[in-house]
Amino acid sequence: MSLTRVHWFRHVFNILLGILMIYPLLWMLGSSFNQENQIFRDNFFIPSMPTLANYVEGWAGLSGIGFDRFFLNSFFIVAMSIIGNLISCSMAAYAFARLNFRLRRFLFAVMLVTLMLPFHVTVIPQYILFHKLGWINTYWPLIVPKFLGVEGFFIFLMIQFMRGIPKELDEAARVDGCGPVRMYFFVILPMTVPALVTTTIFTFIWTWNDYFSQLLYISSTNLYTVALALRQFVDVTGQSSWGPLFAMATLSLVPLFIIFIFFQKYLIEGITAGSVKG
Amino acid sequence: MGGTTLKPLHEVQKRTDLAARRYVILRTMSLKARTRNGQSSMAGYLFLTPWLVGLLGLTALPMIASLYLSFTNYDMINRPRWIGIGNYVKMFQDPQYLMSVKVTLTYVLLNVPIHLVVALLIALLLHKGIRGLHIYRAVYYVPSLFGGSVAISLLWKQIFGGGGLVSNLLEHLFGLQNVNLIDSPQTALYTLIILAIWQFGSPMIIFLAGLQQIPVELHEAATIDGASTSKRFFRITLPLLTPFIFFNLVMQIISSFQAFTPAYIVSDGSGGPLNSTLFYTLYLYQTGFSNFQMGYASAMAWVLLIAIAIISAFLFATSKKWVFYSE
Repeated sequence: MSLTRVHWFRHVFNILLGILMIYPLLWMLGSSFNQENQIFRDNFFIPSMPTLANYVEGWAGLSGIGFDRFFLNSFFIVAMSIIGNLISCSMAAYAFARLNFRLRRFLFAVMLVTLMLPFHVTVIPQYILFHKLGWINTYWPLIVPKFLGVEGFFIFLMIQFMRGIPKELDEAARVDGCGPVRMYFFVILPMTVPALVTTTIFTFIWTWNDYFSQLLYISSTNLYTVALALRQFVDVTGQSSWGPLFAMATLSLVPLFIIFIFFQKYLIEGITAGSVKG
Repeated sequence: MGGTTLKPLHEVQKRTDLAARRYVILRTMSLKARTRNGQSSMAGYLFLTPWLVGLLGLTALPMIASLYLSFTNYDMINRPRWIGIGNYVKMFQDPQYLMSVKVTLTYVLLNVPIHLVVALLIALLLHKGIRGLHIYRAVYYVPSLFGGSVAISLLWKQIFGGGGLVSNLLEHLFGLQNVNLIDSPQTALYTLIILAIWQFGSPMIIFLAGLQQIPVELHEAATIDGASTSKRFFRITLPLLTPFIFFNLVMQIISSFQAFTPAYIVSDGSGGPLNSTLFYTLYLYQTGFSNFQMGYASAMAWVLLIAIAIISAFLFATSKKWVFYSE
């Protein structure tokens, strides 16, 4: 009897807390479909005067450049970042996990240290460097570092995964005359796919949500990402047009939500990687 | 390596023909294998090349450069001018800098413990086969997924701002008029702390993974021996969770020190009202990229690095005393 009461209590508590947790999101979703002058009057998340006007007005974007452009820009940066991370991090991870070279232990320790480094100690010289290369207000500073394996977390994730691949597989391949390059392409990479998926997903989320480096390097409106455009939207329209802003803010979260729905398993794997038997 | 991995012959005979063939090839190649080991060192560096270029070009050399710049005045137009420890002395006389330290420490000291306690409590509540676990877990995780985005920071600005959701609620419930928590220097920082705690989902998932690793037999044995629920929690659950608590603690501290986007968005990049949300990284950004005091900003970055290094080293040193590793 008391056991079921505990069960009930747990469910009621979780449901209430769950509603409190997602209420801001529901309210934003509702407001994005609500008429502008109703948004601040409605506290309930279902819009009292439903309309699509906010989406139409928001989609028109900033100074003649529509949000479709900003979405495409964001997707382009995300796609290039994913490709860069997959290539550079898997190569480094393969070297650390499977190949012997003199400085392996030392460089592995260096890699672990870079994981904890605040990026602020490198951002100023990096900015000066990219400035000298003429890369300010281009996507190069956002993309090139990804091809140089700066995201050590993914290297770490892949090393952990590759260590779990049976060594016998390597040996069999080696006996058949497989060199380190073919081993990487035909033995290790196909076995590492789950870690590659996790890397893809987290690169997507982090790049999509990134603001600091986009703010730093991008200044032309036609190069704006979704994050930059949302922020600029407030400046251009003043604080007055929350409706179109919420409409575009809601749309900006849709790609993340889709990933969450389809790849939950990989997300959870990525979060717990490093903590479970780190 | 090729020579030492050879198996005795009788074991090979038990295997399939294919394996036997491989064995023979391996034998004949053992001499070659040794030379291949020599090549393997080169292959290692080959695969490491992109990362090594990044390490040198984007991490190591920039770190040296920023250390050098921290002892100079540099505005990106004129050449850096050496001023010794001038920037480091200036910090302690710069009221805005001191404010940013205070704001950041308040943020870290409030956010990290509350964040972790909430994450742990909810994880404990969800553990032990509650029905619909995956739904609750998903609902609690969604804020962590979205939380870092500009969209959510803008939403927060509205919710806690004048005429927003919270303002309306306070008016309906308590009759308080025109409460604007974002515009008030006493409360602005706390709205950002609430935003951070709202994202307790990811450490919660790590705690759930930790709880799943605790063998059920331990609890069963303790229950049979008459241990109470609270005793089992403090003697079994909590000690076995310490590696996960440690991991979350380190990660939360490091990321809290570096928080930027919410403060920038909510305060329109100013850190206001009255510098009450002037996070360390926000002031660093203003100093380096709005005022182009690159030397001063570099010095601030190095102080941040040293602070994080000292705190991490301290945590790792004390961890031997309280973190329990079963293996």
